[in-house]
Amino acid sequence: MKMRIGEKPVVRRFHQARWDEPIIFELSQPGQRGMLVPEIEDEIVAEVGEVVGALPEGIRRVIAPQLPEMSQPHVLRHFARLSQENLGVDLNIDIGQGTCTMKYSPKVNDRLANSGKMQDLHPLQPESSVQGMLEVMYRLESFLKEISGLDRFTLQPRAGSAAIYANVSMMRAFHAMNNQAEQRDEVITTIFSHPSNAACAKTAGYKVITLYPDQDGYPDLGALKAAVSERTAALLVTNPEDTGIFNPRIEEFVKAVHDAGGLCSYDQANANGILGITRAREAGFDLCHFNLHKTFSTPHGCGGPGAGASGVTKELARFLPSPTIEYDGNSYFLDYDRPDSIGKVGPFYGVSQNMLRAYAWIMSLGAEGLREVAEVAVLNNNYLMSKVLEIQGLDAPYAEGKRRIEQVRYSWEELAEQSGIHSEEIGIRVADFGTHYWTSHHPYVVAEPMTLEPTESYSKADLDEYAAILQHVAEEAYTNPEVVKSAPHNSTVHQTDHKVLDDPQTWAVTWRAYQRKIGENQEE
Amino acid sequence: MKRIGLIINPVAGIGGRVGLKGSDGFEIQRQALELGAIPMASTRTKEAIQVLSEKTLEMEILSPPGEMGAALLREAGYKPHILGEIKAGQTTAADTIRVTQEMVENQVDLLVFAGGDGTARDIYIGAGENQPVVGIPAGVKIHSAVFATQPRTAGELIAAFIIETGFRLEQAEVIDLDEEAYRRGVISTRLYGYLTVPFHRRWVQNSKTPTPASEKTQMEAIAFDLVENMQPGCAYILGPGTTTRTLADCLGFAKTLAGVDVVTREKLVAVDVNEQQLLDLVESTSARIVVTPVGGQGFLFGRGNQPISPAVIRKVGRENIRVICTPGKLHSFAGNPLLVDTGDSDLDAQLSGHISITTGYREEAIYRIGN
Amino acid sequence: MRKKRSRSYPYIPNSEFAIKKEMLESVGAASIEEFYADIPERLRFRGELNLPPALRSEFELVKHIEQILANNQTSREYLNFLGAGCYQHHVPAVCDEINSRGEFLTAYAGEPYDDHGRFQALFEYQSLMGELLNMDVVNVPTYDGFQASATSLRMAARITGRDRVLLPKGINADKFSKIVDYLKPEIDLDLYDFEAETGLAKVGNLKEMVSEDTAAVYIESPSCFGGIETRAGQIADLAHQKGALYVVSVDPVSLGVLKPPADYGADIACGDIQSLGMHMSFGGGQAGFIATRDEVEYVMEYPSRLFGIAPTVVAGEYGFGDVAYERTSFAKREGGKEWVGTAAALWGITAGVYLSLMGPRGMSDLGEAIMMRTRYAMQKIDQINGLKVLFQNSHHFREFVVNFDGVGKEVVQVNRDLLARNIFGGKDLSLEFPDLGQSALYCVTEVHSRADIDHLVDSLVEVIA
Repeated sequence: MKMRIGEKPVVRRFHQARWDEPIIFELSQPGQRGMLVPEIEDEIVAEVGEVVGALPEGIRRVIAPQLPEMSQPHVLRHFARLSQENLGVDLNIDIGQGTCTMKYSPKVNDRLANSGKMQDLHPLQPESSVQGMLEVMYRLESFLKEISGLDRFTLQPRAGSAAIYANVSMMRAFHAMNNQAEQRDEVITTIFSHPSNAACAKTAGYKVITLYPDQDGYPDLGALKAAVSERTAALLVTNPEDTGIFNPRIEEFVKAVHDAGGLCSYDQANANGILGITRAREAGFDLCHFNLHKTFSTPHGCGGPGAGASGVTKELARFLPSPTIEYDGNSYFLDYDRPDSIGKVGPFYGVSQNMLRAYAWIMSLGAEGLREVAEVAVLNNNYLMSKVLEIQGLDAPYAEGKRRIEQVRYSWEELAEQSGIHSEEIGIRVADFGTHYWTSHHPYVVAEPMTLEPTESYSKADLDEYAAILQHVAEEAYTNPEVVKSAPHNSTVHQTDHKVLDDPQTWAVTWRAYQRKIGENQEE
Repeated sequence: MKRIGLIINPVAGIGGRVGLKGSDGFEIQRQALELGAIPMASTRTKEAIQVLSEKTLEMEILSPPGEMGAALLREAGYKPHILGEIKAGQTTAADTIRVTQEMVENQVDLLVFAGGDGTARDIYIGAGENQPVVGIPAGVKIHSAVFATQPRTAGELIAAFIIETGFRLEQAEVIDLDEEAYRRGVISTRLYGYLTVPFHRRWVQNSKTPTPASEKTQMEAIAFDLVENMQPGCAYILGPGTTTRTLADCLGFAKTLAGVDVVTREKLVAVDVNEQQLLDLVESTSARIVVTPVGGQGFLFGRGNQPISPAVIRKVGRENIRVICTPGKLHSFAGNPLLVDTGDSDLDAQLSGHISITTGYREEAIYRIGN
Repeated sequence: MRKKRSRSYPYIPNSEFAIKKEMLESVGAASIEEFYADIPERLRFRGELNLPPALRSEFELVKHIEQILANNQTSREYLNFLGAGCYQHHVPAVCDEINSRGEFLTAYAGEPYDDHGRFQALFEYQSLMGELLNMDVVNVPTYDGFQASATSLRMAARITGRDRVLLPKGINADKFSKIVDYLKPEIDLDLYDFEAETGLAKVGNLKEMVSEDTAAVYIESPSCFGGIETRAGQIADLAHQKGALYVVSVDPVSLGVLKPPADYGADIACGDIQSLGMHMSFGGGQAGFIATRDEVEYVMEYPSRLFGIAPTVVAGEYGFGDVAYERTSFAKREGGKEWVGTAAALWGITAGVYLSLMGPRGMSDLGEAIMMRTRYAMQKIDQINGLKVLFQNSHHFREFVVNFDGVGKEVVQVNRDLLARNIFGGKDLSLEFPDLGQSALYCVTEVHSRADIDHLVDSLVEVIA
């Protein structure tokens, strides 16, 4: 009798849940209800009479919205199935989403964030009734001050780009206060900084000057000096850049801009590899921002809510969004008396439950733990790089022979030339093995890009497995390209024809638009 | 039903494998054949057609006879409609040009050709800017942007063009390397003109980032930025390129694609000028030069920009040179500096260094010019 | 003496000494220090960050946090009548179940294959909102309702090529602050008056102010005082006659009983979806929506992602992707198309679950419950001697203003006294709208029973005595 179970193959025989689930409207059953509302007491009816009926015709809804009618278990089942057709960090070796810092979001922090003592707070409650929440916000601010070296923080921006925008707005206010707002209408950034640096500056009314790297792939100081002038309002730069390269001359960059009268804002979205290693303050920055959903472990939620944190030196603290959180020795309070504040960048104080998560995460690790996070993230990245560069057709352009910090932007250019398979196609085939990968921002600077960021959350075996998957798919590109070109095969659905999404006559953002357009197209 | 034209340049690529740097001219061709060269145009075309045969496609195919197309098509099981006559074994550029003209007269929807830059140039001479074209790369020199990356990709592009509607058409440069210069170790590309090529969106989904504007949109943005900053009374010398042409469109003027034109904010001053005209102009008027990088290597000033000569550049001054380029195009240079080869090495050295490039509306890049 | 142990980190698998050594050897590096070679010594932080000692066991961490959170009093323990942008509605358990599933909670930006679930869930959210709003295009959520309003106004400016917008004076001061900051420097704001009797737009004033420079006429319904705009269609005409766009901010929770803005001429609808299944979370449950018609010139102006449905190679299978991935319109004067980033997708998914549970009848029942309870509260409070409910000549949804001038008490005092009775009184409006005197904004939803409202009334009577 054979009881021994054989070995598993090196590359996992993954298959994602495939429910072929209809769109929810198709599941509607007339008369079904999923949730009831408390009935209106007779006394209320007696007192107020017909209220909805008394609404004038011009504003009363006459035709009910065509929402589906479903029983509760059916709603649950539908969305539970959809959730199975999704991979989170909880399920996969999520190192392919470079620059997103897909680390472990500790479950204990979710529990704490979901406790009634967090969820059932109204933001306008009297301060005396939310001392716990205010304390968390105050202490989190103090941690971020220490980690960055800067003097004050606001947690009001609701994500990273929002924080960049808040920084730009504060810099704009600074220059306005010095009567230089009109003169200083240019912002400088680099091509490997996150695109939101350019986009936020543009939104705030600035002309954007983008520096391209020097021949070694480092930010080009000569280019900066060519760009800087009396019109420079600010330098907005991500460091380490999205290529994983740390700019060794960052201080000189800051000095050149300061000498011209501009301010410098540090995009620290990529802080995961440098916690406790290097800080914004010592490099001379006036502002910085962090993403709590990247470095500080709050979950990504399919695209938010995240949370942003903007830090400033004391010279800029007056411009911070209002209110700030203060402590008078006895209790915490909100300070609205800030006449030079840029005002609000969002409602209330920010994404409070994520502040709680970030606070808990930092408390669980301490200074030593944060240092360990950075060092292991960097070790993981360089280890992965060494494995992945063994794959034929793959390269890591720029900074040849130099180490990277916490992520690397690779290029499949050689493989693409030899096999005709493109990076995006490799990315889709990789889904057949239970993971993701991300190419790069557009437009591509690095040809056929792939950006990997291991973070500290994955084991050596995880990294080996991911490298093995890439190796496997790269081999297929050479020996069996058809299987790559027609991927995915073991995923939730099969290859999708995205061309309809570019044509106004065929795109459909809602089910109703889809129904309308297929009806129209049939009439032709 | 789509009408497809196929033209094969039978001698394309003949120089390459045997180490000659091109295939133009009977002498080179004879040398190559003596060295044992095998023309690769047929093999490459076969690969492309193979892709078409794998799909069921409704199309009408036109081609010249024999080795310029029909033979291969028949072998693959097609029944091409024959255009024109050729002398087997002695085909020349003139044949290519003539047949191309006939294809255009016969209103082919897509003209497919197999060859290199030289062939692309001939196709351009015969077809002009507006005929949609796809090149199967089968030459030594493939610098023009009209070629698919590989024969198979060309086949897929053709198939997709036949099946679908709503393709975007874009202009792609027809470039040729100066072969003599190249043999002397000097890279000098020349822009001949532009061909229309069908553009297929690469299905790239993943984005948590701002959506990019299309190339055309970026060019309009650049044009708008320049127009907004144009000085009254100043003459703008516009080098060749689709980006400079978009600027002219924005002002309401028609611009030659491959020539140098001069405009002011109010009017089109001169079209397709030569060096002397420019020298006369810059004597009397303050002027700016507006150029966009050309070719795969990104030449700002090359031997092909002859009207904008070293003398003109010196007179206008480096500080009055405006470079325009979309981010997409800039990225295609893979971080390599833009090139200048004016013929005056001192001037080239002076032009080197960092330069500001307008990449959009109120958007600039600082890039390097090297040599 | 206890041997000093080397640290273990449950969140950091490779922090184990032997593994690190193996990995370093594999890379050919002597130590992790080598990887930081590009960082100049000057910039190296050589100390230890001054942070509190780590709470390394999960037990200690939970205990610590719970101790801090114990200093919060919540709307479970106190009767809450606060609104003003964040609302206490019932959150169905199924909503919490779905948005706490790890597959959704911890995912981010995978492809529409490995993350098909997210695409479909958000497409369904967009579709459900589309039904509620009677519009064909709805975005993947943005940060919050403030952002939605601000972006909608910028979109209107891009679409019309104009640079002035009209906002009501009766608007939440925080929202106004955000809009002012966000519309700098290119777009100018003008404010139109509100009527003393209703708190709604002074239409005559508005009519004078709309011109050929106006990109958008913006209204909110319900207004910041809780009143529902009854001349919404008329205002649409005023805007359109001058070629301006009509931007209307609404709370979707009201659209079971109120007409959707598209039906009275809105070009852009916007607002916050927190009421659709998100806990208040001290302001962390906000998410913004923007909706328009399915016209190219509108679609091209969204800074958000728009998910669309597409066929796959298998008949009958639903695929998804980004619609209009390349924005092909160039907005001439305007600063680009803002930006896209992490925003509030999980709340979009949650709102989709909520709307699916509620269905048309649920939304209608909910709207009616809220309106009737609000009216009940208004009437009962107005009956209290010395108190006055302002803007009674308008229909109210969920919020209304109570004025205390008649009893000579400040809202601050009233609220302090209510707090002592375990009640969170309405938001103090006296600084924001000094013309309204000592007034507070009270919020009543379906969670307030008749007994709760009567208790508020009784307590008010007590505290003003």
